[in-house]
Formats: sequence, C-alpha cells, structure tokens
Amino acid sequence: MKLRRLWAVARKESLHVRRDPRSLVLALGIPMLMLLMFGYALTLDVDHVPFVVWDQSGTPQSRDLLARFTASRYFDFRGAVGNYRGLEQAIDRRDADLGLIIPPEFARDLDAGRAAALQAVLDGSDSNTASIILGYTQGIATGYNQGVMLAQIRRATGTSPPTALDLRTRIWFNPDLESRNFIVPGIMAVIMGLIAALLTSLTIAREWERGTMEQLISTPVRPAELILGKLLPYLGIGMLDMVIAVLMAVFLFHVPLRGSIALLFFVAGVFMVGTLAQGILISTLARQQLLASQVAMISTFLPAFLLSGFAFAIGNMPAAVQVITYIVPARYFVAFVKGIFLRGVGVSTLWPEILFLVVFALVVAGASIVFTAKKLR
Amino acid sequence: MWERIYTVLLKEFRSVLRDPRMRMVILVLPVVQTLIFGYAVSLDVRHVRLGVLDSDQTPASRALVARFAGSSYFDVVAFPRNETEARRLIDASDTAAILQIDAGYEGDLHGGRTAAAQLIVDGSDSNTARFVVNYASVIAATYDSAIVLDRVMRQAGHTVPVGGIDLQPRAWFNADLESRNYYVPGIIANLVMLVSLMLTSMAIVREKEAGTIEQIMVTPIRPVEFILGKCAPFAVIGFLNVAMVALVGLYWFAIPLRGSFALLLLGTAFFLLSTLGIGLFISTVSQTQQQAMMTTFFFFFPAMLFSGFIFPIANMPTVIQWLSLGDPLRYFLIIIRGIFLKGIGWSLLWTQFASLFVIGAIVMTFAVKRFHKTL
Repeated sequence: MKLRRLWAVARKESLHVRRDPRSLVLALGIPMLMLLMFGYALTLDVDHVPFVVWDQSGTPQSRDLLARFTASRYFDFRGAVGNYRGLEQAIDRRDADLGLIIPPEFARDLDAGRAAALQAVLDGSDSNTASIILGYTQGIATGYNQGVMLAQIRRATGTSPPTALDLRTRIWFNPDLESRNFIVPGIMAVIMGLIAALLTSLTIAREWERGTMEQLISTPVRPAELILGKLLPYLGIGMLDMVIAVLMAVFLFHVPLRGSIALLFFVAGVFMVGTLAQGILISTLARQQLLASQVAMISTFLPAFLLSGFAFAIGNMPAAVQVITYIVPARYFVAFVKGIFLRGVGVSTLWPEILFLVVFALVVAGASIVFTAKKLR
Repeated sequence: MWERIYTVLLKEFRSVLRDPRMRMVILVLPVVQTLIFGYAVSLDVRHVRLGVLDSDQTPASRALVARFAGSSYFDVVAFPRNETEARRLIDASDTAAILQIDAGYEGDLHGGRTAAAQLIVDGSDSNTARFVVNYASVIAATYDSAIVLDRVMRQAGHTVPVGGIDLQPRAWFNADLESRNYYVPGIIANLVMLVSLMLTSMAIVREKEAGTIEQIMVTPIRPVEFILGKCAPFAVIGFLNVAMVALVGLYWFAIPLRGSFALLLLGTAFFLLSTLGIGLFISTVSQTQQQAMMTTFFFFFPAMLFSGFIFPIANMPTVIQWLSLGDPLRYFLIIIRGIFLKGIGWSLLWTQFASLFVIGAIVMTFAVKRFHKTL
C-alpha cells in the first residue's frame, strides 16, 4: 500500500465532493436541521394536559379534588361540561385529552368512609401520552386519598398521625428530566449513520454506473488504497458534522458534557469509519445507485433511528428484537455518547461499547477491501 | 397517447424491477421492516429494571421491596451490597433505578416514627425516569397510607372507616393502551412515503445522469405522458406496499381494522398524489442521484417527525404546528389511524382528504410546470 496512491484517490474523491456544493451543504445542513428539530421542537414531555370535568356532585369535596388538578402543572383546566355528551365531544374534537366524571354520590361516599368512584376518560389512541396522563391522574388521586385518610383519622381519634414512609427520590444525571438532554446526545449517532447512508453508499456504485470504475481498475491503485482513499474525505465531513453537533449540544442546548472530549471524538471517529465502510461495502456489492441508496437507508439509518435506543428504550422491545439490536453499531455508540455526555463515565465503564465499535470498523473496512479486490479481478 | 404512456410505464417497471435484488428491496423489505419496527417503536415503559440496596435486611424492609416487586411496573433484577456497586449498576445502565433502604428502617417504622427510604433514578432516559418517579411515589403513598391506618387502628382498638377515590380509567379506542395499535398504522404510512418518494425522485435523475433523457426527448412523447408513465409504476408499488404492510398489521400484530379498507385505499391514492409530486419535483431540481437522495431526505425527515407520528403535534412550538399543516403525512396519519383504530368514515375524515387533495394538486402542478422548463 502506497500512501501516495491513497492520497491521490482521496484527492479525486474530495474534488467530486467540492464540485457538488449542494450535496456538501446538505451533508452539513441535514445534521444541523435534525439537531434543531430535536432540540427545540420535538419533546416527549407531556405537560399542560387539557381536561374537562363533568361534576355531578358539586360539593366542596369535589371542588377540592378539582383544585388539585388545576394546581398541578401537568394539567390545564378547559372548563366544565353539563353532561356525558359534552365530555364525549370535547375528547372527540381533541379539545381535551382527559375527561373526569365525578358522580352525584361522590361526597356522600367519601364522608361515609366508602370508596368514591372517579371516572377518568382518555383518548387511548396515542397510548404513550394516555399512559402518562393516567399516571399523573393516579398520582393526584393517591395524594388526595392520603388527605382524606388523615382527615378521617383526625375526626375519629382527634390526633394526626405522623407519616410512616418517606420515599425520597434523587434523580441522577438529569435532575430536571429534560427530554432534550436525553435525545440530543443520542441523535448524534443517528446523524453519523445517515451521513454514511447518504454519502458513501453511492460513491463506488456511481463509478460502476458511469463506467469510470474500469478506468480506476486500469490504474495501479490497489483495493485497500481505493477504499481508504474514498473513505477519507467523508470521514472529514463526518467529523466536521460531529464538531458542529457537539458545539450545538453544549452551547445551544446546554446539554451537560461531563466526560472526556478527546475520548468522545476518538470513538466518534471509530464509529464513523465503521459506518462509512458499511456504506462503501453496500456500494461495492450493489453497483447500482438506486439499489445502494435503498439498502443503505434500510441498513444504516433506520436501525440507528429505531433500534439504537436513542429514543425508544431497548429494554421495552420483545426479546427477539432486542437480540437484533446487538448487531446494530449505533446501539453501542448511543450508549457511549450518553455515557460521556450525561454520566461522565470513561473507558473503565464504556470499554465493551468501544471494543465493539473498534471490531466493527475493522471487520467492515476489511470486508469492503476484500470484496473490492474480488470485483476488480 | 395511451400507447405512449403505456410504453414508458412498461419501460420504467422493467428498469426498476429488472434487478432481482431491487425486487426484494421493494416487495419484501417493507414487510420485514414493519415486523421489526412494529416491535421497536414504542415509548411504553413496562418492567423497569430496579436494583435494591437493602442495608436493613428486616421483615419490614423486605415488605417494602415486595411492594415494588409485586407491582407490574418494576422488576427487581439486582441486589448491590454497597453504594459503589449500586453506582456501578446505574452507570452501566444495568438498572434504571435503585431502591436504597438504610439500616434502622424497621426500628423507625415500628417505633411509630417516619421511616425513610431512597430512590435513586437514572435521569438520562427522561421518559423512563418520569414514569419511575411517578409510579414509585404512588406505590410509596399507598403503602404509607396502609401503615398509618394500621397504626391508628392498633392504638384506637377499633377500625376507622376510610374511603377515598376509586379511580376508574376508561381509555377509548385502545382500551389496553397498546402502543402497537397506535404506531403500526403510522409505520405503514411512513414506509409508503419513503419508498414512493425515493423511487420517484431517483427515476428522472437517473436518466439525466445516464444521458438517456436526451433520447427520450427526441421521441414523440409529450411531457405529461412521460410523467404519467414514470409515476404510474410507483403508484402501483405504493398501493401494493400499503396492502402488504396492512396485512402484516392485521394478521401479525392483530391491529384492529374498524373502518373501511376501500376508504383506506382511497386515502392512499390521495396521499400518493402528493408524495409522487414531491418526488418528481425533487427529481427536476437535482442533477445527480446523490443530490436527489439527500434532498429527499431533507424533506422526508422533518415530514416524518412533524406529522405527529411519534411526537404529539400539540406539544410542538406554534410555528412548527403551522408548518405541519403543509405536511401530507400529517393528514394521512389521521386518516389511517382513524380508519384502523376508531373506525371513523368519510363524514369525519373528509377534511383530511380535502387537505391531502389540495396539497397533492399544488405539488403536482408545480412539479409538472418545473419539469416542462427543465426539458
């Protein structure tokens, strides 16, 4: 392998990139767009749930319960309705996500020490939002029940008993539970996968389609030089994307960066080499741009988006799908990036992830060199 | 005219489906993807992995642990012996939370004092953490009430009637809050959009890159005929994909189809009008397949995320909510979810159809005009 020839291929490839400024702008613009979208617009947080009430009781007790809902920052009171039909309409028209029905005997049951029914009607079609809302509702109901119990005990015995159990919750790494801190580091892995899919997957297929591969074959360039030379310019673009992403995460979105920056960029480079080589491998095998782009999209971007755990927790997937995630390199990179950013851990904790990424990069780069050699012969 | 359209259509079908690998990509992969993603896309939190650091080791402390283990929300998976081990479990994401009970817990509890326990939650996954905090506090509060009541009864020597709210949740349309029912129809819509956009946007650029577009220009074919012939195969593929993937949803995931299948196909037709138009437009403004692909993606990604597929539109900033009004996927999602889950029909969905039609008509006209110019 001669460095001079490798360099020549790299220069030729970067000329291609430079002659197509639009692709270059998109290669830098798409990651920024994704970060802006996830940083500002997309959130999993459910706050200010609009709700309506059909209060058939109309007593101090029912108003006390309602006050707990209106005082919570999770709920926004959107008005009272006079009948079931009104509640139904409010949910159908999506004016409200939650409808509370307080029955006429609510206060009577409470005073008699019986269980008083409280019906909560939710639109279940968005199950995630619905279960979060249900959780909040349950939290308020439990708090209210504690109050009722204490009042009953005071009435019966004349004393107020002390709390028995005090569970103190401490939240590590992200005390305000900002979903931005959770999503932004993970999205970096998705961006890197995407660059590989969009840039390198087409590069060799293009040469085959245009017939310029024949010309390359007739030069003394060796497969390893060809692959590494093709990889270099895109590695440069990818790392530039990474720098932009880290800067935006830290200075624009104020995601805490607690671990080593040097380690972050080193492992990002390793991950990039692996995914870029995967793009080149697809390109070599497909030899046709349409096919290569489809396969690359399916094998790099979509798994990075869906199976990496960046937003959808892997632990909640069925076992068979969890097994598949073990061969998705983005999974390891997401775990690594989150470890560096939020937990501030280092090699001693993250070595399995780093090891996988190194092995993956070596194997895939090796495979693309071997397959190119076969095709060239 | 029809003969010429038919010729282009046939040629396009052949050039796309000639390669057996391409046939696989178009016809088999959407099914495989639906299978995997149908399982993967879910924000449900169930079975949170919990570690227990019990330094008290008494019947009382074990009773508290049992309250957590007995709930369907938590799985006790680890028993670290000290804080260092507990810390390592959280650092390595082996557990999402640690319940820590210090020595003296039982003494406090039996002495009528307030016994303290700690819950350490890994906040880096904010979605799971929110859930953990909420349910842990519900479990703790319920348990607290039971103990307090028990103490009072023992002191007073008689029972105190204590009522309270009995919460009865009713989730409409999806009683078990099964997230698959919500996401799988959305995945169908997304896959169809991705495939039809990519195929169309590459279709004309490929001819440009290969230089064959010049040859087509010298034939007697008219631009409209050319476009129709180019789009028709992808429309057919799009319909085929919807049908196949819908079957997977119905029979594999057992998603209920409460509405009319014919209406769903009609919705697909309206939706394809706009995705094919956008693909065509991208094709006319791109010089190489790479540019076409990247531009497609530049459109597809925001369109997917601002459509309400995963992230609720109501939680987005107002400007984005307005932007999403121009997103055809948004309307198709409402149609496809409405038909599958709610079984609603034309009377409630016609506005969505109208919006799709307007977007489709505008985009198509624009693309065709632009195409005339580039020729």
